[in-house]
Amino acid sequence: MLLAETRDVTMRFGDFTAVDGVSLAVSPGEVVGLLGANGAGKTTVIRLLLGLVRPSHGHVSLFGAPPSMGTRRRIGYVPQTLGLYDDLTVEENWTFTASAFGIAHVAMPPGIGSVRDHLVGRLPLGVQRRVAFAVAFSHHPELLVLDEPTSGVGPLNRARLWQDIRGSAEHGAGVLVTTHNMEEAEQCDRLVVMAGGHVVAEGTVAEVIADRQVVQVRCDGWQQAFSMLDAEGLVVQVQGDALRVPASRAAVEELLEQHGIRADVSTVPANLEEAFVSIVSSGGAE
Amino acid sequence: MTWGVENASVVFGARTPLDNVTLRAAPSTVSIVVGGDGAGKSTLLRALVGLVRLNSGVCRRPAKKDIGYVPATAGLYVDLTVDENVAFSAAAYGLRGPELAKRSAALLERIGLSGARGRLVGHLSGGMRRKLAVGMALLHRPTMLVLDEPTTGVDPVSRAELWRLITGAAAGGSAVVVATTYVDEAHRASRVVLLEQGRSIATGAPADIVAAVPGALGVVASGEKPSETSWRWGSTWRVWAPTRDLPAGAEPLQPDFEDAVMIAALADERRLAVDDAAR
Repeated sequence: MLLAETRDVTMRFGDFTAVDGVSLAVSPGEVVGLLGANGAGKTTVIRLLLGLVRPSHGHVSLFGAPPSMGTRRRIGYVPQTLGLYDDLTVEENWTFTASAFGIAHVAMPPGIGSVRDHLVGRLPLGVQRRVAFAVAFSHHPELLVLDEPTSGVGPLNRARLWQDIRGSAEHGAGVLVTTHNMEEAEQCDRLVVMAGGHVVAEGTVAEVIADRQVVQVRCDGWQQAFSMLDAEGLVVQVQGDALRVPASRAAVEELLEQHGIRADVSTVPANLEEAFVSIVSSGGAE
Repeated sequence: MTWGVENASVVFGARTPLDNVTLRAAPSTVSIVVGGDGAGKSTLLRALVGLVRLNSGVCRRPAKKDIGYVPATAGLYVDLTVDENVAFSAAAYGLRGPELAKRSAALLERIGLSGARGRLVGHLSGGMRRKLAVGMALLHRPTMLVLDEPTTGVDPVSRAELWRLITGAAAGGSAVVVATTYVDEAHRASRVVLLEQGRSIATGAPADIVAAVPGALGVVASGEKPSETSWRWGSTWRVWAPTRDLPAGAEPLQPDFEDAVMIAALADERRLAVDDAAR
């Protein structure tokens, strides 16, 4: 059974179409990454799935039924703003959420028990994030919806959060993660890429990257080659001691030759970020 | 001239937001400071530009007029138009008249805001504001450019455009320092300082940090957490063995920069635990 599904869903706000014919699904045990530029329609898709807005067209189903208070109880949602009460202690937040979900007293996990009496608003952001996760996971949700889950989190805490996310998936939960962080996207089992309200690519990381390539330029002192290619209007990125250029090899070689810059030029597979930029910039029309 | 701080510490009462950190910023290069919230990135950058006084250590920075600095809040006036923001900031650096007109036209063209000169900055998207803020800091061609989390929360398309501006400043001769929470941005730098709780837990060129990883790294396909020093990567586990004795079933793996960052953080945590136990 699918945990969450949108089928050909369109959402209009007045004259503005935020989401246009989007179909996506989350199955038990899988971590799905929802990627897109700002304004691509990711947040609207989440609001549709949570049942906060109704689609103008198409169908949304959660656990095989339309979104309702009943389905809401089976979801754990962590918004980017975390959704905690700053003026309440960790324990008060915990108890409040538990009663809202209609569950009896559940012991707080040891990870946050040590800060139970602290006001949430006074805790460092990394700890707040752990609290938000613990609260969202407390009722053993079957579907987790996480908006930029590890934004601003250091490496150890990020690893802990992903351990929890994977742990839930291994116990059968489905997870939908939105992120701008490509490291995080690479941890997902499957990606859905949105642009301009449409799904423009989907699949595993390898499937999304497909056979996209960039031109790699190595030369003594990258600054001169960078300035030249940049002035020609190319979006050049530096990686280590090489430049990476989304253009044809012949065009790059010709420019280098024209400007008398000696360099090793090769074609290499694009990384996820480069593939994403290419897909979104072309509106997925390739 | 190489700018930067050496053995810099900042103490606020009982807290030490910056503890003996060294950061070098050479002309025509990008140095990146990586860390989570509260790691000390902003304090380090503010100390570098002279907004925070060091309690100990040395800071070398160019004259104020030769510094470009963008705080994490972007430092724009949301109630002024794009043009008014540019003119105001340029005037503070003594830039006006035809030279200002020329440079601001080129800048706005480059960041795609030529058609939005009369628009209120408060009405621009987050990505646009970041590009404007970074562009404004570049207008007076600073010797040293210091940017606090210019790409946080910015989508990858805007991020690529921001990095084009930032790298362009370095290519043009500026010593550039960028703070970020995204580990994957570090490969754009010639030098990286990794901060955790105000301390530097790894520093150097990204390739050197990877080469200096102690112990051994392995990958385990699935199952229970193989050891205390393991973390998830997708559905697999990465296992770090400080003494090179990988658990049975772990396939050895060449660490990449992200692994190196994780290992540096784990090694630091172990050191702290040992220090605590000794106390």
